[in-house]
Amino acid sequence: MNELKKYHEIPIGGTVITKDVVQPKTGGWRMGEKPMVNLDKCVNCLICWLDCPDTAVLAEGTDFFGFEYDYCKGCALCAEVCPTDAIVMVPDDQEVPEYGRMLNGGPHEN
Amino acid sequence: MKTKPTEAERIEMLRRAKLLTGAEGAAHAMRQINPDVFPVYPITPQTPIIQTFSKFVADGEASTEIINVESEHSAMSAAIGAATAGGRTMTATASQGLALMIENIYIAASMRLPIVLAIGNRALSGPINIHCDHSDSMLARDSGVIQFFVENAQEAYDFMIMSVPLAENHDVLLPVLVGQDGFTITHTAEPILLEEDEDVQNFVGEYEIPYPLLNLQKPTTQGPFDMPDYYFEHKRQQQAAMDAVPDAFDTVANHYAALTGRRYDAIEEYRLEDAERAIVVMGSSAGTMKEVVDDLREQGEAVGLLKVRMFRPFPTKKVREALGHVQKVAVLDRAMSFGSKGPLYMEVAEALFGAGPSMQNYVFGLGGRDLFPADIRQVFENLKNPEEMREMQYIGIRE
Repeated sequence: MNELKKYHEIPIGGTVITKDVVQPKTGGWRMGEKPMVNLDKCVNCLICWLDCPDTAVLAEGTDFFGFEYDYCKGCALCAEVCPTDAIVMVPDDQEVPEYGRMLNGGPHEN
Repeated sequence: MKTKPTEAERIEMLRRAKLLTGAEGAAHAMRQINPDVFPVYPITPQTPIIQTFSKFVADGEASTEIINVESEHSAMSAAIGAATAGGRTMTATASQGLALMIENIYIAASMRLPIVLAIGNRALSGPINIHCDHSDSMLARDSGVIQFFVENAQEAYDFMIMSVPLAENHDVLLPVLVGQDGFTITHTAEPILLEEDEDVQNFVGEYEIPYPLLNLQKPTTQGPFDMPDYYFEHKRQQQAAMDAVPDAFDTVANHYAALTGRRYDAIEEYRLEDAERAIVVMGSSAGTMKEVVDDLREQGEAVGLLKVRMFRPFPTKKVREALGHVQKVAVLDRAMSFGSKGPLYMEVAEALFGAGPSMQNYVFGLGGRDLFPADIRQVFENLKNPEEMREMQYIGIRE
């Protein structure tokens, strides 16, 4: 727990300055499932990136990259909106490659 | 002491003046300020403000983005969005429209957004009524906005302009409501002195807030949730912002006086310094009262007037200094707080607590009821024996 600050020590109006605050990892809120992607099917439409209620879908430039599991709450919206079914939900305890990236049916190394 | 201009000064002023209503005056101020965004919904008696301003924009005399929204709730929501994003934002409303905005006015104030609102003060329903009183602005009394009530069209124009740098002062950063009496000011043409467009532009300067949401170099989250561990601190900050208003307003008023020759204070003292009896009032009625004060002064009566321009933050100290020596004070409210005394009376009573004057409270002019010079003379007459009228009195009511 951070030390509580005085009223004149915090930004006005409830503004939160991103660099000044601890970003709590919310991936622990997942209730049994997490997303994984088959990059063979991904067409980089980034609809999942747009629809993710958190910032758990990572993009590299305009290309889809993978999932930031530290912040993914397992809501499955990304799998729902994926037009090519590249994203699938798998059990949370299933071992997946880093960022959930699969290529040619197997783990994809960066 | 403030006195009336001489005949020669009046003629010189009329030579340079334009004949405009208070609503048109506010619209001209907005044209010269040229805000980035103006989300708005029409309502009597404010409509001529947005109608006149919309014409300016349509004619290319201002480049403001006008958003025609579906309600005042949406107008204020859009204003919050625009101001948060980093645009200078204004809007206008009255009566039920202000009532509908109130939820979001609290949010604008607590998010510290310097939105300037032009208000055509009008009674609240019910019964439905389109004429003037101050009940609508009193809805926003505790919301955390700066509130002005002006006396005439000139003040309506001047306070719209002064409100911009006041709202945007970095020690302040609060919304401002500039209330002008519905119809009496909004729809009545008077000579107004307009400043040069360029001078007003330079006076208000560039819009600059500490954390514009669209500044991606300094990413921020705005308007988040507060738990009990920080909500109170953010409320305390709003009071600190209010505490900064008097000094900020003095600076703005001095700069404005340097530009225009018109120096405004939070209050206006009229023939008060040797007065034994005084009336306190806000809004257009002060004009009628000055005439009555002059008449009574000619008959040798020691009477005076205190006009309150700034209602929030209330200029408690200035009111106490102005009235401390007056023996009998009548406060005339143009709004009621049913079950208690009038809102202006309660402020003045707090300011004068322990200072000694006997006080009376009158309610007048609700729903546009006329106030006549004879009524004001009667108030001054009643003040000779203030103890006889301790209960709230009603001017012009049939009883």
